[in-house]
Amino acid sequence: MAKKQTTQKKGPKMIRVLGTVSEKLPDAVFKVELENGHELLAHVCGKIRMKYIRIMPGDKVTVEISPYDLTRGRIVWLHK
Amino acid sequence: MMSGPRVRGTRITTKSHEQLELMRRSGRIHAAAVARLREAVEPGISTAELDRIAEALIREAGGEPSFKGYQGFPATICSQVNDVVVHGIPSEDEVLEEGDIFGADLGVIWQGWHSDGAFTVGVGEIDEESARLIRVTRGSLDRALEQVASGNTIRDIARAVQTHVEAAGFSVVRALVGHGIGSRMHEPPQVPNFVDKQGRGVYDTILAPGMTLAIEPMVNAGGHEVVQDADGWKVRTRDGSRSAHFEHTVAVTEDGCWILTAP
Repeated sequence: MAKKQTTQKKGPKMIRVLGTVSEKLPDAVFKVELENGHELLAHVCGKIRMKYIRIMPGDKVTVEISPYDLTRGRIVWLHK
Repeated sequence: MMSGPRVRGTRITTKSHEQLELMRRSGRIHAAAVARLREAVEPGISTAELDRIAEALIREAGGEPSFKGYQGFPATICSQVNDVVVHGIPSEDEVLEEGDIFGADLGVIWQGWHSDGAFTVGVGEIDEESARLIRVTRGSLDRALEQVASGNTIRDIARAVQTHVEAAGFSVVRALVGHGIGSRMHEPPQVPNFVDKQGRGVYDTILAPGMTLAIEPMVNAGGHEVVQDADGWKVRTRDGSRSAHFEHTVAVTEDGCWILTAP
């Protein structure tokens, strides 16, 4: 008897949002204010750290957020 | 259905020599039933009658039909006529006519060991295209079996089937797959008959000696899409084209493939 093909479900994708860094906290964590007014804590992702890129308050960044927790994010891009 | 990204299917089991010998015994019962069932196919016979014959053949040889009662399936064989791909339920009203193609998928369990196999055959005289469909499908199974050897991957099997079938202008059914088999009818891994470009998961599984698989290419004369029938079991081709199916239960050995359901 043939079997129906089943694959693992991937789950919802991460959301990318633009925001502005409002505050610097220790350990490469920043408070970021998003375009829609929400504020969240975002840590700097590894790729940015590897390149020794500095992030400061006032910078425009792209933050990746999980739909499971909208108060935490990951900074994935620093805009010029 | 498993949840969470890290949880994979349960481990693929391998069987010892002794266990494979037992599976071969189960396979012999299966093969004997298949051989005699093929001969019984003729115009005018109903699929229910063939189902009864199959059950009698299996029991007479000392085995039990494994499909009956499996997840509620009511019969010994899955009867597949023309555009039915798999899992058709035999009925008194379904009578074979000259020119039809009839497929039967049957399962045997003996002393706790499963065998799963299928064949498709023409009823009386059939047209050239149907004959070609059956030939190509049988050929794709042979190509697949050539790939069964320790060290090869499931991708090798899938690729073999797909290239053979598509070279002939037919399409491989994607929604249904072959599977591991042993003390349960369906065990991991899943054995697709086509290669998914995104290469999800199972394709890189390396075949190891002692693994037992039921390899079952399902081939449609038209497009690959299939639809589930209202009865909850039968699967038909979406475009109404004919479909053929062949299956063997095989064991992977150090140097190749041992067909457990061979005659």
